[in-house]
Amino acid sequence: MSVMTPPRSAARPGRASGPREKFSDWANAHRKWLFAAPAMLFVGILIVFPLAWTLYLSLTDSQGSVRAATEFIGFQNYIDVLTDTERFWPAVGRTLAFTGVALAFEVVLGMGIALLLWRPFRGEKWVRVAILLPLVATPVAVGMMWRLIFDPNIGFANQLLGMVGIPAQPWLSGQDTALGTTIFMDIWQWTPMVVLILLAGLTSLSDEPDEAARVDGANAFQRFFYITLPLMMPTVIVAILLRGIDALKTFDILYATKGKGGGSFHEVETLNVYAYGLSFDYNQYGVSSAVLILFFMIIIGTMWLLTMRKKAVTK
Amino acid sequence: MKRRSIVKYAAVAAAMSLGLTACSGGGGGSDDAKQAGTVRVTLANHVWTEGIKAAIPEFEQSSGLKVELTQLGEDQLSDQYNVKLNAGSDEIDVMMYRPLQEGKAFAKNGYLADLTSNVSSDSNWDWKDYQEGPVKATTVDGKVVGVPIITEREVLYYRKDLLQAAGLQVPKTMEELEAAAKAIKESSPDTAGFVARTGKSAAVTQFSSFLYSFGGDFTDSSGKSAVNSDAAKKAYAFYGGLIKNYGPANVSTDMSWPEAMAIFTQGKAAFYTEADSLYKNATDPAKSKVADNVGFAALPAGPAGSKPYNIPSWALGVNQNTSNQDNAWKFIQWATSKERTLAAQKAGVPGPRASVWANSEGTSTYPKDLAAAIATSAENGVGHDRPEVVTVGKAREIVGEPIVASITGADASAAADSAHEAFQKFLDGEK
Repeated sequence: MSVMTPPRSAARPGRASGPREKFSDWANAHRKWLFAAPAMLFVGILIVFPLAWTLYLSLTDSQGSVRAATEFIGFQNYIDVLTDTERFWPAVGRTLAFTGVALAFEVVLGMGIALLLWRPFRGEKWVRVAILLPLVATPVAVGMMWRLIFDPNIGFANQLLGMVGIPAQPWLSGQDTALGTTIFMDIWQWTPMVVLILLAGLTSLSDEPDEAARVDGANAFQRFFYITLPLMMPTVIVAILLRGIDALKTFDILYATKGKGGGSFHEVETLNVYAYGLSFDYNQYGVSSAVLILFFMIIIGTMWLLTMRKKAVTK
Repeated sequence: MKRRSIVKYAAVAAAMSLGLTACSGGGGGSDDAKQAGTVRVTLANHVWTEGIKAAIPEFEQSSGLKVELTQLGEDQLSDQYNVKLNAGSDEIDVMMYRPLQEGKAFAKNGYLADLTSNVSSDSNWDWKDYQEGPVKATTVDGKVVGVPIITEREVLYYRKDLLQAAGLQVPKTMEELEAAAKAIKESSPDTAGFVARTGKSAAVTQFSSFLYSFGGDFTDSSGKSAVNSDAAKKAYAFYGGLIKNYGPANVSTDMSWPEAMAIFTQGKAAFYTEADSLYKNATDPAKSKVADNVGFAALPAGPAGSKPYNIPSWALGVNQNTSNQDNAWKFIQWATSKERTLAAQKAGVPGPRASVWANSEGTSTYPKDLAAAIATSAENGVGHDRPEVVTVGKAREIVGEPIVASITGADASAAADSAHEAFQKFLDGEK
């Protein structure tokens, strides 16, 4: 990198200074900005601008068309949304329930499967490929597939239950069972990702502490809870962080299985589905933006909590 | 690496970031399209679209224009319009839209160009040939903003074989329909007596005919909510009751037409009320297990008679923001000509022109009983199948609530009262 040391132009008197050289000198002096510029431009156009625009919209009564005249109404949208116990708060509850339950199952199952796959065995390759299949399927196709399987009248799930004498279940079409069914679908699809992350963590662990514990006579249970798990904690938190943010934002499978509004009783309407309905079905861009900003804050908050936790663990 | 190369790198980086922004600009504006003689057409997935797509080369040859076609599912189409028209895009010239769902909102937002002078300019093309109802639906504040292409009425689909086996006549009244549905369900518990859409929003259009036939409507003559009138309450209870009592076991409350149609075509229901324009799904042996046994009849009469909706479900409009409006109109003029409308009608798409219905060729491909049912429905039909408001999506959810309540066995009358309150609040907010 020594060749990159900038020749300070001011320190080089007597050199011909045409416009080209001048620009060249200027570029040299500011090259850290120049090199970062494309990335900054990218972030600015695709992240900062939309966010700022959403924030602005959330403070207006924009509806119908975003180009129509709007009035600045301060925090009225936020007040309306935060006092809405019919759609907003239930949606918050569903979002958290969906994420919490799905995540708990995914991490526990993911850890179990990762431990099984950790040590080499025959046919390992095939098992790994099979486990990763749900991950590579597109969510909308997954939604359609499960919708067929869970159809209350002609679906495979109820036929299977019928064979063992259990009465047919409403699954996705039931007011009380729909959310649980979508959580199941999420677990089915995303546990493999958690497995992948945890497996990567497991393979990087060194064998010594485990061997030492073995020599000391610790059983498998003790070795897992007192050796492996504490060592794996940072990885587990990374998995929770990645999957948690993703799960909070789930939209595709919910929309593919229940459509706009999350069903006739809004039974799977999470914040994301609600905001989509507000902007694309009701064209209430102001209210929708307020919901999205609040949603964004929830995600940032969760992320911050988890990062704090991770720091504490790594220390 | 000397400073020269740093300049070079910076130049490449700058070019790349410019390239990125250029890419996001996309396909070019309407001026380019006009110059190149291109017309950009956005259509929904529909039998009508398939016919038009096959005939486009014919148009390209005769007009010398090139057609760029984008074809999308119904919901994706809506989303696409929401995004592009909101941004004032001039990348769309001709747009297929739903006059009753989006027409008012689009017109209010200024998305649709005024076609009033276009439609009256060509007497051969003949705007007067269009039926009154559809024309009304594509005219906003005295301006024609769209040309209807597909019309729909609600008719009764039924299973000839099941009725014959049970010794039942085709029901002519709502009471007879209920009695027949009950008889079928009782004689064979695996077969539903009746099926129809159940989703809160999806069911509203098919419920509307029941509402009118019971003597109600979504709003009264002064534009106030009327969804808790006695007639409306009876209609809610009747429609929901049919599905609850004689519908499929474990009935879902999310069904739109694909799900309800599937139950009927799988042979699991005897009666089904649905839009006539979807009849091919039931009579095409490739899609229906009961294709040979499907019969059609006009909607049974309620206390106020048989009053199905008779509406234009789709129309073609021109984007207000495009400078390519002349070419867009040329496309519409061709796609909605008498010949093309007749061709579409023969392919199973009920047209909005009176001439195709007067022409015996126009109904030659339809099952006889369906053609008869359509003729009756066109006569006494009502021109809307959902609340006539700007934010139709929200209104449908509100007035659909009692349908779902009634299907799930909750108190339909109480649900109608609370829907009335919410709907009136909604209507006040729209003013």
